[in-house]
Amino acid sequence: MVSAMSLDDLYQEILLDHARHPRRRGEIGEGEALADLENPVCGDHVRVRLRIEEGRVKDLLFDGKGCAISTASSSLLAEYAEGRTVAELRESIARFTAALRGEGSLDEFVDSDLRALEGVKEFPMRIKCATLAWHALAQALDHAENKPAGTETNS
Amino acid sequence: MKTNVCCSFDSARALDIARGETPAPRSDFPALAQRVHDHPLVYLDNAATSQRPQSVVRAECEYYGSCNANVHRALHFLAGEATERYEAARRRVAEFIGAPDPREVIFTSGTTAGVNLVAAGWGRKFLQPGDALLLTEMEHHSNLVPWQRVARERGAELRFIPVTPDGALDLGAARRLLADGRVKLVALTWISNVLGTENPVSEIAALAHAAGALVFLDGAQGVPHRRTRVGELDCDFLAFSGHKALAPTGTGILWGRAALLEAMDPFLSGGDMIERVTLTEATWAELPHKFEAGTPHIAGVIALGAAVAYLERIGFDAITEHEAALNRRLNERLAEIPGLRVFGGAAPRIALVSFDVEGLHPHDLAQFLDSRGVAIRAGHLCAQPLLRKLGVNAVNRISPYIYNTAEEIDRAVAAVIEARKWFRL
Ligand SMILES: Cc1ncc(COP(=O)(O)O)c(C=O)c1O
Repeated sequence: MVSAMSLDDLYQEILLDHARHPRRRGEIGEGEALADLENPVCGDHVRVRLRIEEGRVKDLLFDGKGCAISTASSSLLAEYAEGRTVAELRESIARFTAALRGEGSLDEFVDSDLRALEGVKEFPMRIKCATLAWHALAQALDHAENKPAGTETNS
Repeated sequence: MKTNVCCSFDSARALDIARGETPAPRSDFPALAQRVHDHPLVYLDNAATSQRPQSVVRAECEYYGSCNANVHRALHFLAGEATERYEAARRRVAEFIGAPDPREVIFTSGTTAGVNLVAAGWGRKFLQPGDALLLTEMEHHSNLVPWQRVARERGAELRFIPVTPDGALDLGAARRLLADGRVKLVALTWISNVLGTENPVSEIAALAHAAGALVFLDGAQGVPHRRTRVGELDCDFLAFSGHKALAPTGTGILWGRAALLEAMDPFLSGGDMIERVTLTEATWAELPHKFEAGTPHIAGVIALGAAVAYLERIGFDAITEHEAALNRRLNERLAEIPGLRVFGGAAPRIALVSFDVEGLHPHDLAQFLDSRGVAIRAGHLCAQPLLRKLGVNAVNRISPYIYNTAEEIDRAVAAVIEARKWFRL
């Protein structure tokens, strides 16, 4: 017997809103993506595009197909990350993924709705859904930094 | 060879599914009686793995509690008992699938192991550069990836029978793909784990044999639902998993024609599969031991024998009839839901339905259903090439079995309807 669970903890109102109306979402062609990741469990898929200008992330865009959790997570992340420095984002990615693993909490993201993802912790099978966009952003940052300025879009 | 072991159940009288009758008494399956998230469990993920009846669990425990010993080795009493029960399970399975000779029944860890055994033992030895393997677009990764590897290794070509919009195999294309005589083996699934399509195996086998090709049948989804007669199916190899047919996980069967198995190389090597060993060489044991290196899953095999006995007692006539009734109900109810699309078409199908709901990702739907105690599968179902062809990343799948009731189908469908409201579609 398994105890009652609350779907409302997982799918908070804010998340459902982001899932239905994802921010910073647009079509990214295969050649334009700086990262292209799949969730092997379900085949969900996310692409990232961005530029780095004076050490800050600009024109961040996500594309892909995913469940409500992964779509909302990428939308919240996109809002959060735009304009922040690469160094700061790397730290945030580490903190976010650790928090979902149960090491720490999302309270540190004080003025972001990202805290609405806290409930995912109680659903181990969905943690990958929530972290997919974050891993993709980490990869995109690596790629962007390893390319000379102006060639990020890989034309 | 007809088996009349069974039928203590009254299979002559039609089951009344509206009254909740099931071919298998639900009380035989303790796991079904539990509550999940404060709702009675509705287990509809049987294509992934079935539940197990008490008799199977008991058979497994009995081995550990009584004749626990290794097989085929020691001279002591327990070893003799264990070996006798292990070999009795082999004879029982041989009868269950209509195999003429129990030596042709190899115990494996499951379907995947069976495919790998033949891909390595037959493919590495007999495939030549320029030969071809003919598969289908609806294969589970298990019946695809091992063939990809051996084809690459041997310089053989892979060909695929296309799936039609009806969810069937395109037999005209199969004929053309076989025409040049280069296909040495056709590997296909009996029943699709995504579409539920039941393929015309004997018809395809006739085409394959006429073109000089062998037939490897993936019976993972077929054997639990259909009476299996390897002679009528006309295949040369058949692999299936115990765990989708009431038996323990980690059990399975590879059946092959004796002459083929004898000509093949062993897959795993080591203890138990040898005849004579020197420091530099070894010769292989007779069938079936040549393919059963190492200590097998003895308890599991004995329990597999009990699972097969259970299925025979219920009878496949009752199983087929019950599942057809559930399938009708399931499809009728699903058709009433707006935005819901069922994959597959007019091709004959078992009670297994994959679908999606517009605006609702399969993971979210499955999560919602779980909160209502309803267990279904969501994802790519280990058939990424087929899902790509269907144009989706993931689907939902409902797959009932011999203990599911019409009421459970209704509860699952009601939960889908509720999910649409909950996610505000
Ligand atoms: C059609 C088909 N083939 C092969 C397999 C693999 O079976 P197993 O994982 O038991 O080896 C499955 C199980 O998911 C299946 O549905």
